Amino acid sequence: MKTTKYNFWGIFWAVVGLLYFFIPLYGTLEFSLRMIKGRLSFEAYRIILEDPKFLESFRYSAIMGLITVLISVMIFLPTVYWIHLRLPSVRPIIEVITILPFIIPVIVYVFGIIRTFSRPPLQMTLHPFTTDILMVAGYVVLSMPYMYRALDVGMRSIDVRTLTEAAQSLGSNWLQILLNVIIPNLRIAILSGSLICFATVIGELILGDFLVRPALGPYMVLIGRDRAYEPAALAILSYGLTWLCLGLIQAVSRGGTSQQLTGR
Amino acid sequence: MEIARRKPDLTNQNRWMPNNRWRNWIGVIPFFLFIIAFVLLPSTNLFIGAFQDSKGNFTWENISVLANPYVLKSFSISLQVSVITSLAGGILGFFVAYAITIGKAPQWMRNIIMTFSGLAANFGGVPLAFAFIATLGHTGFITTFLKTICFPGTGGVQTCPFDIYETGFNLYSLTGLTLTYIYFEFPLMVLTITPALEGLKREWREASDNLGGSTIHYWVFVALPILMPSILGAMILLFASAFGAFATAQALTGGSIYLVTILIGQQIRGDVLNNPNEGYALALGMVIVMAVCIAGYSILQRRTARWLKS
Repeated sequence: MKTTKYNFWGIFWAVVGLLYFFIPLYGTLEFSLRMIKGRLSFEAYRIILEDPKFLESFRYSAIMGLITVLISVMIFLPTVYWIHLRLPSVRPIIEVITILPFIIPVIVYVFGIIRTFSRPPLQMTLHPFTTDILMVAGYVVLSMPYMYRALDVGMRSIDVRTLTEAAQSLGSNWLQILLNVIIPNLRIAILSGSLICFATVIGELILGDFLVRPALGPYMVLIGRDRAYEPAALAILSYGLTWLCLGLIQAVSRGGTSQQLTGR
Repeated sequence: MEIARRKPDLTNQNRWMPNNRWRNWIGVIPFFLFIIAFVLLPSTNLFIGAFQDSKGNFTWENISVLANPYVLKSFSISLQVSVITSLAGGILGFFVAYAITIGKAPQWMRNIIMTFSGLAANFGGVPLAFAFIATLGHTGFITTFLKTICFPGTGGVQTCPFDIYETGFNLYSLTGLTLTYIYFEFPLMVLTITPALEGLKREWREASDNLGGSTIHYWVFVALPILMPSILGAMILLFASAFGAFATAQALTGGSIYLVTILIGQQIRGDVLNNPNEGYALALGMVIVMAVCIAGYSILQRRTARWLKS
């Protein structure tokens, strides 16, 4: 049944696509290894990984990422749960709100944040700590479309009402229902939403740059301005990190669906 | 007693209405508070600011910044880059998606393309600029490779016809920016258009063949009209992603190409327009362009859904 006759144009365009993917990738890899004249070495990677500023900014962005994931799960999980259980009529409104970050360009959003919170009476940009609060809020907003969608899809695949009623009839309160019934059933959705959220924070430039915090994005711009080979090494590292996050999401969501307690 | 108090929560029917309504909204209050503080407040601030003078009185003055030649130029460069990249990326992406669906490319190629599309569509910002500098910059991989291709020329002097920087190419220009943007745009096209191509029914092709239509007839009169809303919708998506991009352009050209996003960035840093409120008007102009895009996208989406459902 399967026809093995290949179509010339099919192969041609597939090869063009593959070349567009791989030439810059290969070029970057090759370039990043050329730091020492005459031979290939990991010198550029060594310099990056031993740079205290890199470690510091990576740590900062990673911590920001974790806090963002935590806050955004805490905000969106109860919301999505509540919408499915009590307020299905509000869903269209919330869906429109959650895709707003796709409509408003990030630079415009950050502009709004700065002009709103850096002025009296709030003046939140005066201290590192309050600026970090703004950073996290901004990251939560920027990753909102991904997080909301992941949780919404996950919530659709379980029977929220039955699970809730079962838990209630066994005497659980709302907190117990969320922690012991809903979260375990949604762990795959939560995990994949969290990974995208984390990847967004790690790769984000604009918030860290304009709020002047030591995040990974501004560090990369700095390196790109001053150095030749290290940026290529950074690009490869960041490509690898994105790959890792997406690979984990795929691995998690493939293994996961059959393990869910209830499915429709 | 605990149970007795909780039980009505389940049925929800015979409760006193106002109280019931209020309780229904409890769960979404944190969400709306967050949205009001960090989305609604900043947005309205920008919007109101666009119509205020420095003393806070209402004015239409700021909007005139959109007629400022400097600003007009930046809008036109941004539009130009976005249109070119969304067309080029869209067409390339369409053909690659065609290759992995109808084009019957080998399975391993399809798998790699789908995986890398997901990856490349998420790979933007600063690292993408670095990758292109390492590949096509002055000492980049391809640049140096092409330089080494030389032929013995007249009078014993070698000619090296592929020195791209000698022949006018420059990565840190609009051309370079366009090539770089396409790297994340065409995978986005592959991801959004593949489901539509998979939705083309074999019966339609067979019907066209039975009525004596050639491959060209099939594409021109059957497949493309069906696919057109999806293609245009996906291209609008590409357009919007290029129009709003900032980090790649900033890292690649150091802000020497005046895109609208770069201009807004400079306005945030140091008020280059000499009037903060004109910055708000600039931002408003961008949001309007984006809103038109999304409106167009949702209209086209509705038309697409008609075909893909049946």
